[in-house]
Amino acid sequence: MKKDWPLWEIFIRSKNGLSHKHVGSLHAADAQMAIENARDVYTRRNEGISIWVVESKHITASSPDQAESLFDPADDKVYRHPTFYDLPDEVKHI
Amino acid sequence: MPDITKMEQEFQARIDRDEKIEPKDWMPEAYRKTLTRQISQHAHSEIVGMLPEGNWITRAPSLRRKVALIAKVQDEAGHGLYLYAAAETLGIDRATLLEELHTGKAKYSSIFNYPATTWADMGAIGWLVDGAAIMNQVPLCRTSYGPYARAMVRVCKEESFHQRQGYEIMLTLSRGTEVQKRMAQDALNRWWWPSLMMFGPSDKDSQHTEQSMRWRIKRFTNDELRQRFVDMTVPQAEFLGLTVPDPDLKWNEETQHYDFGEINWEEFWNVVKGNGPCNRQRLRARVKAHEEGAWVREAAMAYAEKRQQRENAAVAQVA
Repeated sequence: MKKDWPLWEIFIRSKNGLSHKHVGSLHAADAQMAIENARDVYTRRNEGISIWVVESKHITASSPDQAESLFDPADDKVYRHPTFYDLPDEVKHI
Repeated sequence: MPDITKMEQEFQARIDRDEKIEPKDWMPEAYRKTLTRQISQHAHSEIVGMLPEGNWITRAPSLRRKVALIAKVQDEAGHGLYLYAAAETLGIDRATLLEELHTGKAKYSSIFNYPATTWADMGAIGWLVDGAAIMNQVPLCRTSYGPYARAMVRVCKEESFHQRQGYEIMLTLSRGTEVQKRMAQDALNRWWWPSLMMFGPSDKDSQHTEQSMRWRIKRFTNDELRQRFVDMTVPQAEFLGLTVPDPDLKWNEETQHYDFGEINWEEFWNVVKGNGPCNRQRLRARVKAHEEGAWVREAAMAYAEKRQQRENAAVAQVA
Protein backbone atom coordinates (compact mmCIF):
# COMPACT_ATOMS: atom_id res chain seq x y z
CA MET A 1 0.00 0.00 0.00
CA LYS A 2 1.55 3.27 -1.11
CA LYS A 3 -1.17 5.44 0.37
CA ASP A 4 -0.51 6.96 3.80
CA TRP A 5 -3.03 7.06 6.60
CA PRO A 6 -4.54 10.55 6.87
CA LEU A 7 -2.50 13.23 8.67
CA TRP A 8 -3.79 14.66 11.96
CA GLU A 9 -2.74 17.77 13.85
CA ILE A 10 -2.37 17.23 17.57
CA PHE A 11 -3.22 19.75 20.30
CA ILE A 12 -2.43 19.08 23.95
CA ARG A 13 -3.72 20.79 27.11
CA SER A 14 -0.84 20.52 29.56
CA LYS A 15 -3.04 21.28 32.57
CA ASN A 16 -6.45 22.66 33.37
CA GLY A 17 -6.48 26.42 33.10
CA LEU A 18 -4.28 26.43 30.00
CA SER A 19 -5.47 26.17 26.42
CA HIS A 20 -4.70 23.31 24.05
CA LYS A 21 -1.50 23.97 22.15
CA HIS A 22 -0.35 22.56 18.83
CA VAL A 23 2.46 20.05 19.39
CA GLY A 24 2.89 18.38 16.00
CA SER A 25 1.21 15.90 13.72
CA LEU A 26 0.92 12.19 13.06
CA HIS A 27 -0.77 9.67 10.79
CA ALA A 28 -3.76 7.58 11.90
CA ALA A 29 -6.60 5.71 10.23
CA ASP A 30 -9.30 7.47 12.27
CA ALA A 31 -9.82 9.96 15.10
CA GLN A 32 -9.74 7.37 17.87
CA MET A 33 -6.43 5.99 16.64
CA ALA A 34 -5.09 9.53 16.31
CA ILE A 35 -5.82 10.11 20.01
CA GLU A 36 -4.22 6.81 21.00
CA ASN A 37 -1.12 7.49 18.89
CA ALA A 38 -0.92 11.06 20.19
CA ARG A 39 -0.92 9.66 23.73
CA ASP A 40 2.11 7.50 22.87
CA VAL A 41 3.97 10.02 20.72
CA TYR A 42 3.36 13.31 22.51
CA THR A 43 2.59 12.56 26.18
CA ARG A 44 5.15 9.99 27.34
CA ARG A 45 6.24 12.26 30.21
CA ASN A 46 3.03 13.73 31.64
CA GLU A 47 2.90 16.53 29.07
CA GLY A 48 -0.86 16.57 28.94
CA ILE A 49 -4.24 15.90 30.47
CA SER A 50 -6.34 16.37 27.35
CA ILE A 51 -5.84 15.82 23.63
CA TRP A 52 -7.54 17.34 20.57
CA VAL A 53 -6.99 15.81 17.16
CA VAL A 54 -8.02 17.51 13.92
CA GLU A 55 -7.52 16.02 10.50
CA SER A 56 -5.01 18.32 8.81
CA LYS A 57 -7.13 18.77 5.68
CA HIS A 58 -9.79 20.51 7.79
CA ILE A 59 -7.44 23.32 8.83
CA THR A 60 -7.49 26.47 6.74
CA ALA A 61 -4.41 28.60 7.21
CA SER A 62 -3.75 32.17 6.18
CA SER A 63 -1.05 32.51 3.59
CA PRO A 64 2.26 34.26 4.31
CA ASP A 65 1.48 36.45 1.26
CA GLN A 66 -1.55 37.80 3.10
CA ALA A 67 0.45 38.67 6.20
CA GLU A 68 0.88 42.31 5.24
CA SER A 69 -2.78 43.00 4.48
CA LEU A 70 -3.94 41.05 7.53
CA PHE A 71 -1.58 42.28 10.19
CA ASP A 72 -0.08 45.59 9.11
CA PRO A 73 -3.26 47.61 9.85
CA ALA A 74 -2.60 47.02 13.56
CA ASP A 75 0.85 48.59 13.33
CA ASP A 76 -0.27 52.24 13.33
CA LYS A 77 -2.94 51.95 16.00
CA VAL A 78 -0.87 52.77 19.04
CA TYR A 79 -3.98 54.23 20.68
CA ARG A 80 -5.09 50.63 21.32
CA HIS A 81 -2.39 50.34 23.95
CA PRO A 82 -2.65 51.79 27.47
CA THR A 83 0.75 53.52 27.26
CA PHE A 84 -0.63 55.82 24.54
CA TYR A 85 -2.52 57.87 27.12
CA ASP A 86 -0.74 60.58 29.12
CA LEU A 87 -1.77 60.74 32.76
CA PRO A 88 -0.02 62.55 35.61
CA ASP A 89 1.95 60.37 38.05
CA GLU A 90 -0.18 61.51 40.99
CA VAL A 91 -3.14 59.57 39.70
CA LYS A 92 -2.99 56.10 41.25
CA HIS A 93 -4.50 52.73 40.44
CA ILE A 94 -5.07 53.37 36.76
CA MET B 1 27.01 36.97 -5.44
CA PRO B 2 25.95 37.96 -8.94
CA ASP B 3 23.30 35.36 -9.87
CA ILE B 4 21.26 35.32 -6.75
CA THR B 5 17.67 36.38 -7.25
CA LYS B 6 15.97 39.05 -5.20
CA MET B 7 13.82 36.51 -3.40
CA GLU B 8 16.84 34.53 -2.40
CA GLN B 9 18.46 37.67 -1.07
CA GLU B 10 15.39 38.45 0.99
CA PHE B 11 15.33 34.90 2.26
CA GLN B 12 18.98 35.10 3.27
CA ALA B 13 18.29 38.43 5.00
CA ARG B 14 15.55 36.79 7.06
CA ILE B 15 17.95 33.99 8.03
CA ASP B 16 20.62 36.55 8.95
CA ARG B 17 18.11 38.31 11.22
CA ASP B 18 17.63 34.90 12.91
CA GLU B 19 14.01 34.70 11.82
CA LYS B 20 12.55 31.21 11.68
CA ILE B 21 11.28 29.84 8.38
CA GLU B 22 7.85 28.18 8.54
CA PRO B 23 6.36 25.59 6.15
CA LYS B 24 4.26 27.94 4.01
CA ASP B 25 6.99 30.58 3.65
CA TRP B 26 8.81 30.89 0.37
CA MET B 27 12.18 29.14 0.42
CA PRO B 28 14.83 28.34 -2.18
CA GLU B 29 14.43 24.86 -3.64
CA ALA B 30 17.94 23.96 -2.53
CA TYR B 31 17.07 24.89 1.09
CA ARG B 32 13.98 22.68 0.92
CA LYS B 33 16.00 19.85 -0.57
CA THR B 34 18.84 20.09 1.94
CA LEU B 35 16.42 20.13 4.85
CA THR B 36 14.36 17.25 3.49
CA ARG B 37 17.56 15.23 3.15
CA GLN B 38 18.86 16.12 6.60
CA ILE B 39 15.58 15.72 8.53
CA SER B 40 14.67 12.45 6.84
CA GLN B 41 18.16 11.10 7.41
CA HIS B 42 17.78 12.08 11.04
CA ALA B 43 14.36 10.38 11.27
CA HIS B 44 15.67 7.20 9.64
CA SER B 45 18.55 7.17 12.14
CA GLU B 46 16.12 7.20 15.05
CA ILE B 47 14.10 4.36 13.56
CA VAL B 48 17.06 2.16 12.55
CA GLY B 49 18.66 3.09 15.88
CA MET B 50 16.01 1.03 17.66
CA LEU B 51 17.37 -2.19 16.16
CA PRO B 52 20.72 -2.71 17.97
CA GLU B 53 19.09 -1.96 21.34
CA GLY B 54 15.77 -3.68 20.75
CA ASN B 55 17.80 -6.84 20.34
CA TRP B 56 18.88 -6.63 24.01
CA ILE B 57 15.53 -5.93 25.69
CA THR B 58 14.78 -9.58 26.40
CA ARG B 59 18.28 -10.10 27.76
CA ALA B 60 18.53 -7.07 30.06
CA PRO B 61 20.13 -8.18 33.36
CA SER B 62 17.40 -6.77 35.65
CA LEU B 63 13.88 -5.40 35.53
CA ARG B 64 15.27 -1.90 36.23
CA ARG B 65 17.55 -2.10 33.21
CA LYS B 66 14.79 -3.61 31.11
CA VAL B 67 12.15 -0.92 31.71
CA ALA B 68 14.78 1.76 31.06
CA LEU B 69 15.82 0.16 27.78
CA ILE B 70 12.21 -0.26 26.65
CA ALA B 71 11.54 3.40 27.46
CA LYS B 72 14.65 4.47 25.54
CA VAL B 73 13.72 2.45 22.46
CA GLN B 74 10.17 3.79 22.64
CA ASP B 75 11.55 7.34 22.79
CA GLU B 76 13.54 6.64 19.64
CA ALA B 77 10.36 5.59 17.84
CA GLY B 78 8.80 8.85 19.05
CA HIS B 79 11.77 10.90 17.88
CA GLY B 80 11.58 9.27 14.48
CA LEU B 81 7.91 10.22 14.29
CA TYR B 82 8.46 13.88 15.29
CA LEU B 83 11.12 14.11 12.62
CA TYR B 84 9.11 12.39 9.88
CA ALA B 85 6.29 14.82 10.62
CA ALA B 86 8.72 17.75 10.37
CA ALA B 87 10.05 16.45 7.04
CA GLU B 88 6.50 16.09 5.72
CA THR B 89 5.87 19.81 6.27
CA LEU B 90 8.37 20.33 3.43
CA GLY B 91 6.03 18.59 1.01
CA ILE B 92 7.28 15.00 0.90
CA ASP B 93 4.91 12.22 2.03
CA ARG B 94 5.61 9.48 4.55
CA ALA B 95 5.35 6.64 2.04
CA THR B 96 8.05 8.25 -0.10
CA LEU B 97 10.27 8.82 2.92
CA LEU B 98 10.02 5.17 3.91
CA GLU B 99 10.54 4.01 0.37
CA GLU B 100 13.76 6.02 0.18
CA LEU B 101 14.99 4.34 3.34
CA HIS B 102 14.01 0.86 2.20
CA THR B 103 15.59 1.18 -1.23
CA GLY B 104 18.81 2.56 0.23
CA LYS B 105 18.37 5.91 -1.51
CA ALA B 106 18.29 7.74 1.83
CA LYS B 107 21.03 7.31 4.41
CA TYR B 108 20.88 6.96 8.17
CA SER B 109 23.62 7.38 10.73
CA SER B 110 26.39 4.86 10.04
CA ILE B 111 26.80 4.13 13.73
CA PHE B 112 23.82 1.77 13.62
CA ASN B 113 25.60 -0.45 11.16
CA TYR B 114 27.86 -1.70 13.94
CA PRO B 115 26.73 -4.74 15.94
CA ALA B 116 25.81 -4.62 19.65
CA THR B 117 27.49 -7.83 20.78
CA THR B 118 27.43 -7.65 24.60
CA TRP B 119 25.32 -6.06 27.33
CA ALA B 120 28.10 -3.50 27.87
CA ASP B 121 27.26 -2.17 24.40
CA MET B 122 23.96 -0.91 25.83
CA GLY B 123 26.06 1.18 28.20
CA ALA B 124 28.49 2.37 25.54
CA ILE B 125 25.71 3.21 23.08
CA GLY B 126 23.79 5.27 25.63
CA TRP B 127 26.90 7.04 26.87
CA LEU B 128 28.78 7.61 23.61
CA VAL B 129 26.29 7.35 20.77
CA ASP B 130 23.55 9.29 22.53
CA GLY B 131 26.21 11.64 23.90
CA ALA B 132 27.41 12.40 20.38
CA ALA B 133 23.81 12.72 19.20
CA ILE B 134 23.06 15.26 21.93
CA MET B 135 26.16 17.25 20.97
CA ASN B 136 24.82 17.37 17.40
CA GLN B 137 21.22 17.99 18.36
CA VAL B 138 21.41 20.75 20.96
CA PRO B 139 22.49 23.38 18.37
CA LEU B 140 19.72 22.10 16.08
CA CYS B 141 17.15 23.40 18.57
CA ARG B 142 18.06 26.81 17.08
CA THR B 143 18.10 25.68 13.45
CA SER B 144 16.42 28.06 11.01
CA TYR B 145 13.49 25.82 10.00
CA GLY B 146 10.71 26.11 12.63
CA PRO B 147 9.25 22.57 12.58
CA TYR B 148 12.72 21.00 12.73
CA ALA B 149 13.78 23.26 15.61
CA ARG B 150 10.60 22.45 17.56
CA ALA B 151 11.05 18.72 17.03
CA MET B 152 14.63 18.98 18.25
CA VAL B 153 13.58 20.76 21.44
CA ARG B 154 11.41 17.78 22.31
CA VAL B 155 14.10 15.30 21.31
CA CYS B 156 16.80 17.01 23.38
CA LYS B 157 14.58 17.15 26.48
CA GLU B 158 14.09 13.39 26.28
CA GLU B 159 17.57 12.41 25.20
CA SER B 160 19.49 13.22 28.36
CA PHE B 161 17.97 10.26 30.20
CA HIS B 162 19.34 8.03 27.43
CA GLN B 163 22.87 9.14 28.02
CA ARG B 164 22.63 8.93 31.80
CA GLN B 165 21.21 5.41 31.74
CA GLY B 166 24.07 4.38 29.44
CA TYR B 167 26.71 5.90 31.67
CA GLU B 168 25.15 4.24 34.71
CA ILE B 169 25.48 0.85 33.00
CA MET B 170 29.15 1.59 32.26
CA LEU B 171 29.70 2.75 35.83
CA THR B 172 28.19 -0.42 37.29
CA LEU B 173 30.24 -2.65 35.01
CA SER B 174 33.48 -0.76 35.59
CA ARG B 175 32.99 -1.04 39.38
CA GLY B 176 32.13 -4.74 39.06
CA THR B 177 34.13 -7.95 38.63
CA GLU B 178 37.21 -8.19 36.43
CA VAL B 179 35.13 -9.79 33.70
CA GLN B 180 32.56 -6.99 33.84
CA LYS B 181 35.28 -4.38 33.72
CA ARG B 182 36.83 -6.06 30.69
CA MET B 183 33.41 -6.06 29.03
CA ALA B 184 33.07 -2.31 29.63
CA GLN B 185 36.56 -1.64 28.23
CA ASP B 186 35.86 -3.81 25.20
CA ALA B 187 32.64 -1.89 24.48
CA LEU B 188 34.49 1.43 24.74
CA ASN B 189 37.17 0.09 22.40
CA ARG B 190 34.61 -0.82 19.75
CA TRP B 191 32.33 2.24 20.03
CA TRP B 192 34.83 5.06 20.50
CA TRP B 193 35.91 5.60 16.90
CA PRO B 194 32.50 5.01 15.31
CA SER B 195 31.12 7.60 17.78
CA LEU B 196 33.67 10.17 16.61
CA MET B 197 32.66 9.37 13.03
CA MET B 198 29.06 10.30 13.88
CA PHE B 199 29.98 13.96 13.46
CA GLY B 200 30.51 13.33 9.77
CA PRO B 201 33.44 13.97 7.46
CA SER B 202 36.07 16.46 8.46
CA ASP B 203 35.24 20.08 7.55
CA LYS B 204 37.55 20.15 4.55
CA ASP B 205 35.70 17.17 3.02
CA SER B 206 32.16 18.09 4.00
CA GLN B 207 30.27 19.13 0.89
CA HIS B 208 27.20 20.46 2.71
CA THR B 209 28.66 22.30 5.69
CA GLU B 210 29.34 25.72 4.19
CA GLN B 211 25.92 26.25 2.65
CA SER B 212 24.15 24.73 5.65
CA MET B 213 26.00 27.12 7.96
CA ARG B 214 24.98 30.07 5.79
CA TRP B 215 21.34 28.98 5.97
CA ARG B 216 21.74 28.39 9.72
CA ILE B 217 20.54 24.84 9.34
CA LYS B 218 23.81 23.88 10.99
CA ARG B 219 25.24 26.19 13.64
CA PHE B 220 28.64 24.52 14.14
CA THR B 221 30.94 22.54 11.86
CA ASN B 222 31.50 18.79 12.16
CA ASP B 223 35.03 19.24 13.50
CA GLU B 224 33.97 21.80 16.11
CA LEU B 225 31.32 19.46 17.50
CA ARG B 226 33.66 16.46 17.39
CA GLN B 227 36.26 18.36 19.41
CA ARG B 228 33.67 19.34 22.01
CA PHE B 229 32.57 15.74 22.30
CA VAL B 230 36.12 14.52 22.88
CA ASP B 231 36.75 17.23 25.47
CA MET B 232 33.58 16.34 27.31
CA THR B 233 33.91 12.55 27.12
CA VAL B 234 37.54 11.85 27.96
CA PRO B 235 37.19 12.89 31.63
CA GLN B 236 34.06 10.71 31.85
CA ALA B 237 36.09 7.73 30.62
CA GLU B 238 38.77 8.52 33.18
CA PHE B 239 36.17 8.55 35.94
CA LEU B 240 35.16 5.04 34.87
CA GLY B 241 38.81 3.96 35.02
CA LEU B 242 38.65 2.96 31.37
CA THR B 243 41.17 3.74 28.62
CA VAL B 244 40.15 5.58 25.46
CA PRO B 245 41.57 3.50 22.57
CA ASP B 246 43.66 6.26 21.02
CA PRO B 247 47.44 6.34 21.62
CA ASP B 248 47.59 9.91 20.28
CA LEU B 249 45.05 11.27 22.73
CA LYS B 250 46.55 13.89 25.04
CA TRP B 251 45.61 17.15 26.72
CA ASN B 252 46.98 20.20 24.96
CA GLU B 253 47.71 22.88 27.53
CA GLU B 254 48.10 25.53 24.85
CA THR B 255 44.78 25.03 23.05
CA GLN B 256 42.95 23.83 26.21
CA HIS B 257 41.58 20.93 24.17
CA TYR B 258 42.44 17.28 23.74
CA ASP B 259 44.50 16.38 20.70
CA PHE B 260 43.36 13.10 19.22
CA GLY B 261 44.42 10.67 16.51
CA GLU B 262 43.33 10.57 12.89
CA ILE B 263 39.98 8.92 12.19
CA ASN B 264 40.03 5.97 9.81
CA TRP B 265 38.19 7.72 6.98
CA GLU B 266 38.43 4.72 4.74
CA GLU B 267 36.31 2.77 7.23
CA PHE B 268 33.93 5.73 7.51
CA TRP B 269 33.26 5.95 3.77
CA ASN B 270 33.09 2.20 3.48
CA VAL B 271 30.27 2.00 6.04
CA VAL B 272 28.49 5.00 4.46
CA LYS B 273 28.59 3.19 1.13
CA GLY B 274 26.79 0.22 2.63
CA ASN B 275 29.63 -2.14 3.48
CA GLY B 276 29.63 -1.88 7.29
CA PRO B 277 29.21 -4.97 9.44
CA CYS B 278 25.39 -4.72 9.66
CA ASN B 279 24.15 -2.49 6.79
CA ARG B 280 22.31 -5.26 4.97
CA GLN B 281 20.95 -6.81 8.16
CA ARG B 282 19.53 -3.47 9.39
CA LEU B 283 17.79 -2.66 6.12
CA ARG B 284 16.44 -6.18 5.84
CA ALA B 285 14.95 -5.90 9.33
CA ARG B 286 13.30 -2.56 8.47
CA VAL B 287 11.87 -3.78 5.18
CA LYS B 288 10.59 -6.98 6.79
CA ALA B 289 8.84 -5.07 9.58
CA HIS B 290 7.30 -2.71 7.04
CA GLU B 291 6.07 -5.44 4.73
CA GLU B 292 4.76 -7.66 7.48
CA GLY B 293 2.89 -4.70 8.97
CA ALA B 294 1.20 -3.85 5.67
CA TRP B 295 -1.94 -5.89 6.39
CA VAL B 296 -2.41 -4.06 9.71
CA ARG B 297 -2.22 -0.66 8.02
CA GLU B 298 -4.60 -1.77 5.30
CA ALA B 299 -7.07 -3.37 7.71
CA ALA B 300 -7.14 -0.28 9.95
CA MET B 301 -7.83 1.93 6.97
CA ALA B 302 -10.53 -0.38 5.60
CA TYR B 303 -12.21 -0.46 9.03
CA ALA B 304 -12.08 3.34 9.35
CA GLU B 305 -13.59 3.75 5.88
CA LYS B 306 -16.34 1.23 6.53
CA ARG B 307 -17.30 2.91 9.78
CA GLN B 308 -17.32 6.29 8.09
CA GLN B 309 -19.67 4.95 5.40
CA ARG B 310 -22.03 3.51 8.02
CA GLU B 311 -22.08 6.82 9.85
CA ASN B 312 -22.82 8.68 6.64
CA ALA B 313 -25.62 6.26 5.80
CA ALA B 314 -27.16 6.67 9.27
CA VAL B 315 -27.03 10.45 8.98
CA ALA B 316 -28.64 10.27 5.52
CA GLN B 317 -31.47 8.12 6.90
CA VAL B 318 -32.27 10.55 9.71
CA ALA B 319 -32.25 13.43 7.24
